[in-house]
Amino acid sequence: MQDVEKFDPRTVLAPPMVEGNENFGSVTDKIAGISFQDAKKTPWWWIIGFGISFVLAQLLLMTVTYLVFTGIGIWGNNQPVGWAFDIINFVWWIGIGHAGTLISAILLLMRQQWRTSINRFAEAMTLFAVACAGMFPLLHTGRPWLAYWMLPYPNTMGMWPQFKSPLMWDVFAVSTYLTVSAVFWFVGLVPDLAAYRDRSKNPWMKRLFGALALGWRGSARHWHRYEIAYLILAGLSTPLVLSVHSIVSFDFAYSQVPGWHATIFPPYFVAGAIFAGFAMVLILMIPLRRLHGLQNLVTETHLINMGKVMLATGMIVVYGYAMEAFFGWYSANEFEEYMIRNRILTGPYWWSYWLLILCNGASIQLLWFKRFRESEFWLFVISIVVSIGMWLERFVIIVTSLNRDYLPSSWAMYSPSPFDWTMFLGTIGFFFTLIFLFVRFLPVISIFEVRTLLPQAKVHDTHNQEHTETRTIDRVES
Amino acid sequence: MTGRHSEDSKKNFALMRDRILEQQGKNYWRSLDEFVDAPEFEEFVSREFPQHAETWEDPVSRRSFLKLMGASLALAGLSSACVIQPPEKVVPWVRQPEEIVPGKSLFFATAMTLGGVAVGLLARSYDGRPVKIEGNSDHPGSLGSTDKFAQASLLTMYDPDRAQDFLFRNAPRSWDRFVAEMRQIIDQNRPNGGAGIRFLSETTTSPTLINQFRQILADLPNARWYQYDAHNNDNGLAGAKMAFGENVHAAYNFAAADIVLSLDSDFLDSFNVRYPRDFSDRRRVTLDKKDMNRLYQVETTLTITGAKADHRLAIKPSQMENFARAVAAGLGVANAGGNAGEHAAWITPMVADLRAHGGRSLIIAGDHQPPIIHALAHAMNAALGNIGKTVTLHEPIAANTAGADARTQIEGLRELVRDIDAGAVQTLVILGGNPMYDTPADLKFTPERMDKIQMRAHLSLYRNETSKYCHWNLPQTHYLEEWSDARAFDGTATLIQPLVAPLYGGKSVHEVVNVFARENFDRNGYDIVKEFWQGQGLGGSLRPLVATTTGGAATGNAPRPAASPQASPATQQNTNQNGANRGQNANTNANANTNTGGNTNSGTGLTNGGQATPLANTSGQGPSLNATTLSNSGSPAGQAQANNNTSATNAVIPPAAQGFENAWRKAVHDGFIPNTTAAPRNVAPRTDFLGQTAGLQAGNGNNVVEVVVLPDPSVYDGRFSNNAWLQELPKPLTKLTWDNVLLVSPRTAERLGLNQGRGKYENDAGAEEGTSFVSTRGGNLFADLVTLRVNGQQMSKPLPVWVQPGQPDEVVTIFTGYGRTDAGRIGSGIGYNAYEAITSNSMSFGLGEITRTGEQYELASTQTHFNAEGRDILRVRELEDYLAHPEDGHQPDVYPLSMYPKYEYLGHKWGMAIDMNACVGCNACVVACQAENNIPVVGKLQVQRSREMHWLRIDSYYGGDPNDPEGPHFQPMLCQHCEQAPCEPVCPVHATVHDSEGLNVMVYNRCIGTRYCSNNCPYKVRRFNFLLYQDWDTPQYKLMRNPEVTVRSRGVMEKCTYCTQRIALARIEAQKDGGRQVRDGEVVTACQSVCPTEAIIFGDLNDETSAVNKLKKEQRNYQVLHELNTQPRTTYLAALKNQNKAMPDYRELPRLSKEHGKEQERAPVGTESAPGTGSH
Repeated sequence: MQDVEKFDPRTVLAPPMVEGNENFGSVTDKIAGISFQDAKKTPWWWIIGFGISFVLAQLLLMTVTYLVFTGIGIWGNNQPVGWAFDIINFVWWIGIGHAGTLISAILLLMRQQWRTSINRFAEAMTLFAVACAGMFPLLHTGRPWLAYWMLPYPNTMGMWPQFKSPLMWDVFAVSTYLTVSAVFWFVGLVPDLAAYRDRSKNPWMKRLFGALALGWRGSARHWHRYEIAYLILAGLSTPLVLSVHSIVSFDFAYSQVPGWHATIFPPYFVAGAIFAGFAMVLILMIPLRRLHGLQNLVTETHLINMGKVMLATGMIVVYGYAMEAFFGWYSANEFEEYMIRNRILTGPYWWSYWLLILCNGASIQLLWFKRFRESEFWLFVISIVVSIGMWLERFVIIVTSLNRDYLPSSWAMYSPSPFDWTMFLGTIGFFFTLIFLFVRFLPVISIFEVRTLLPQAKVHDTHNQEHTETRTIDRVES
Repeated sequence: MTGRHSEDSKKNFALMRDRILEQQGKNYWRSLDEFVDAPEFEEFVSREFPQHAETWEDPVSRRSFLKLMGASLALAGLSSACVIQPPEKVVPWVRQPEEIVPGKSLFFATAMTLGGVAVGLLARSYDGRPVKIEGNSDHPGSLGSTDKFAQASLLTMYDPDRAQDFLFRNAPRSWDRFVAEMRQIIDQNRPNGGAGIRFLSETTTSPTLINQFRQILADLPNARWYQYDAHNNDNGLAGAKMAFGENVHAAYNFAAADIVLSLDSDFLDSFNVRYPRDFSDRRRVTLDKKDMNRLYQVETTLTITGAKADHRLAIKPSQMENFARAVAAGLGVANAGGNAGEHAAWITPMVADLRAHGGRSLIIAGDHQPPIIHALAHAMNAALGNIGKTVTLHEPIAANTAGADARTQIEGLRELVRDIDAGAVQTLVILGGNPMYDTPADLKFTPERMDKIQMRAHLSLYRNETSKYCHWNLPQTHYLEEWSDARAFDGTATLIQPLVAPLYGGKSVHEVVNVFARENFDRNGYDIVKEFWQGQGLGGSLRPLVATTTGGAATGNAPRPAASPQASPATQQNTNQNGANRGQNANTNANANTNTGGNTNSGTGLTNGGQATPLANTSGQGPSLNATTLSNSGSPAGQAQANNNTSATNAVIPPAAQGFENAWRKAVHDGFIPNTTAAPRNVAPRTDFLGQTAGLQAGNGNNVVEVVVLPDPSVYDGRFSNNAWLQELPKPLTKLTWDNVLLVSPRTAERLGLNQGRGKYENDAGAEEGTSFVSTRGGNLFADLVTLRVNGQQMSKPLPVWVQPGQPDEVVTIFTGYGRTDAGRIGSGIGYNAYEAITSNSMSFGLGEITRTGEQYELASTQTHFNAEGRDILRVRELEDYLAHPEDGHQPDVYPLSMYPKYEYLGHKWGMAIDMNACVGCNACVVACQAENNIPVVGKLQVQRSREMHWLRIDSYYGGDPNDPEGPHFQPMLCQHCEQAPCEPVCPVHATVHDSEGLNVMVYNRCIGTRYCSNNCPYKVRRFNFLLYQDWDTPQYKLMRNPEVTVRSRGVMEKCTYCTQRIALARIEAQKDGGRQVRDGEVVTACQSVCPTEAIIFGDLNDETSAVNKLKKEQRNYQVLHELNTQPRTTYLAALKNQNKAMPDYRELPRLSKEHGKEQERAPVGTESAPGTGSH
């Protein structure tokens, strides 16, 4: 931490991950300053944003209360369409979570350093998204108070859950995912929580952060163990990025509903999840860096890279759409054929499909162009459009497949009830409530990791050729 | 209404005050009105509740009345030292009666009537309460099946909205009061022969009732008795009179008819299920029997009969006469006239076909067709030599249809209304029915008309529109609560036996009519019916039954003095108790069924004094004279009779009467009296009627359209309006629930711009999103509302339009039974009242002007897509093609080899086969399933959201052009119990699994409601309790439910179980019987048992000789969605059409390819491939 002014010319070769004239102290001040702001100086946008989110979260509370007391008949689900907003929202939220894990784990293992300034935030987003997602499989059951029967625990009934059911796999996938994400996030927070402990003036805060910091002293041994633990957790998380959404996709692929029963679902769902997740990170990041003045830490480069990931995963998703249509034709199966025709052309929900193509297929084509990729505004707009598109994707898959399957006599339309909407908006409110609390009270950006990105941190590494080279390719060539 | 009645109420109240209570002691507060009348009480109340004193003086409002009554009861209880037991001696069972085993059902033979026609039933009694209706297999009108109305009648019996109190001017009174008042009226009227007394009943064939009236009218010769039903047999009788010069009743024998021509007759949707049975028996094609009948249907509205027809012609009502005449002329009826016109090409080959089948053909006319059509049909049958072969003519069986007083119901009604208008009617006793609702517009029982009658009494199951305008409201007993009799379609006298004491303390029509008898006017229903049959000579030489109230036959039937001493003292005592116990009846009865003793019921009216009647037994869970031991097949297993209760009665009966007693007991046990078919009549056809015309005018095709008024397929004439099972029963062709609509043809709809909401008609009748039928907005069905003016009568409510393929152009059809204002909680305020459109001259047809209102109305339908989309779901084959290539498309019950180890079904292996050639889509199975399995109704809103709960539905698919559709064809769809059930592996908690007999069982207790199973079910037969649909609170419904089937709560998936409770019962019986296997036919599912056409067959697939295996061996057998390899246990047999190639509307049906279902090497189901899916 000495030699702060020492200049390393190699850092100019690649765009720096931290811009401006930041140093270790300023980074810590900037990030921790958000949390340690005087309560009276809480920014207006935080109060308004938190207020709206909190109100929406109450809407969720009320909806859930009514739901549990009345039954899921308050939603629009019906006979052929047994799943609707409940599972759409579940898949949507769980998909959003994926970006966080991808950024934290896979990019860590791949030593993509640009992840550093966004991983904390993305992980928090993952955690909150999974919390929102987890609510749906639980509450969409007819008798949620018995949902624990899905857990394999020794019981007097002598009953195991049905291990053949993808819903069962879901239980494991999602609960593992939630646990690992939470631990990963928390472990990553420990050094920063120690910094918060040290900065806290309020004795209660000091104690609280102290407890959470688990006695972190910043010793070499601490750092060593931390690095090992973090790496192990990253290793654990990595397969989860692929497995969780694959398993979620099995909920559909395992069934024999035309439109669900497709082999492409696992990769297509994983790509879609990352796609949606990056869009959500951008939606959150772009305003946040503006409002908190974090442009130096979350740089243009970050946004551009995320735009590129979105474009890549988005194209995989579009390939998935093409394949679905191809299968419908190539299978020569009248039910599959009808399904795809119904979904795309003749069915009552044709508009949702084309809206989906517009949102997920057409809109991302702008990202081929540097102009759009570099524009905060366009990235933000495209991200929102993609988020809507990914929601629509699940709508299309679930509703248009179920509403017309094998026997035309049972075909029926689905339309959401007001409670479907309050439940959906409620989870959005809940999600943002948590995000706002997180933004206000915890370090939104990993302080210690960003400090390692500073040129100053590299001074002692110069002998380490490998490390330097890694940094030079941090910026993906456009 | 309150205004109109305030005067009445005042009088009523004054009367009440004026009365002084004379009784003392325990009897002091015996009946409510007696107590309230006491001046002491009145004083007390005004002292104690000064704020209510004014109310007390005022015409009483219902609210305050109840308040005061509550106070009075509480206080009365205190002052009478809390005596709660009835004063009569209460004796519990000392010995357990022989027949009663707790938890075991008994079957009692009884009967239900509709329009007077009886269908014999076996009612299943569980611990003394009826829980299910089955057909009586020995009864000629049932042969073991019933229709939807009989199935749903159970719900009516328990309906908490039924009339429950004897009311006089809206105030509760006792039955004694009514008797006293009526006796006074009779005494006053006796000098003038009862000139001011009129009776109006529903159509009745009851020999006992006819006899009762015969006696009353002999005593009061100037009194009159009329019958009225909105849908009656007037036309048939008038037509027979035209054709033969006298009233005869025609019964048809479809079993002997090779060719059937139906002129607008919907005989397949008939309460008398014998017709569909005979028809489909003749239609059955098996490996051994290769011929089937042919049905030509000419109709003005698409019916299920038309849907089943081999050739169907939709014509306007105004064309029917000309058409019938042309056919008649072709068949050789001289001077028939008629001009075939545009239909010549249709008529010529059909006439040739009919002529080729003289004596083996049958021509039947619809009940609502004018008399001339009936007469022409008779003439044609005569010309073809069918009379005596396929058509039997015999004595009329309904009251007042024979003899000197024979008149049509409308003539009678006209006379009655004329007398009312003239002020000649002082007392009108309305026995059942609802004339203020369903009389034709020109003879409407309006409030003004009713006010001209000084004393109006109404006996009714419900406090309906008519009751509200009657002074006396008498709660009527349901047929499951009363003794009565009626005659089947062929005249067979059928006994109606109660299973339970009147739930709401009602009186039967016999008991009410008996009040007007000269003597013994307080006999109970049992005595009345029994004495009649004793007088009729049952057990000896039976006197012929006559349907007339005049003539000499009357005198012999007076009750025998011998019977009176027994009856009178007991019934005297009865009437005293009745009032006191009435208030408790609902409660005690509601709970009685769990009691072991007869004590709670011992005070209810009829069951006292040691007089051993079967009723006493049934109501108090006692043994029944006629109880048969439980037989799973639903038929009495022998003549097991419990004699312990009858010994006392038998002891005092002289030996001569013993013959009667035995015959009576047998008749009650069997449910009918043999050899009582109506006497055949030998009448000669006449042709002098040919000069008459129906006089139906044609519409001008502008806004003037022809109107057809038909009974609603679900709620009939409105009597079933408050029956939620029927309200939610999808109407066979439209699948609509909870509403009636106006049907128009696609062309007319297009011309008038109706329901053109979204999209144009497709080239098929099945319609995209149902757009052929209504406009759609999202999932919602919106019908354009129109106003209709028929025969100058403007209908008060707008009518929603449904575009019905198969409807003749420029003809609209409307349905009765809706637009009720006082039906009860279920039936009030829905739909329009079609009776506004009918006049006495034109009960079923008219000319109407149709006007769009520009508004729309939301309908609820359980099926919106009626096009099979070319999928191999419902197969219809041409008979000729089938016989030529029987193996084409044959899918025997065998499946490809599997990598999974086989599961061997060592015991039973259940399966079902449904013959779609027999299925007529009558819906009886849907209601039977609902009754058997405690399936809840969900209401219109939930149906709109596609959440109906029926485990068994009937899918309908149309083919062809909407303007000339084919079908629809019907396919009962229920859980297929797939061997490789897609629902099983997806359930995360093992709530749906396979059992060792191959059933796909649903464990409700384990279900957490993920609905994945439903999503993955290709047949979509699973039903989810999205909300708490079941009524857990109403005590009556608790009594009604089948105790052997779980009542499901919300959040739980449910579906067809193949009536697993019946399988279990049979298994238990078989185990008791030496541990043998269940035999074929011992398990009969509810849908199978009710099916009038025996289309559904269930049984053991392991039993090579079982009926179901036999059916599955038929080459028509196939599986729905065979290609999914779900290996369903329910398979279907392709429907067949036997078209006449010479007909212009002959259409080639799609040929099945040889490959259908032949792509795999196979092994029998269940033996080779085990469900990799299920868990055994």
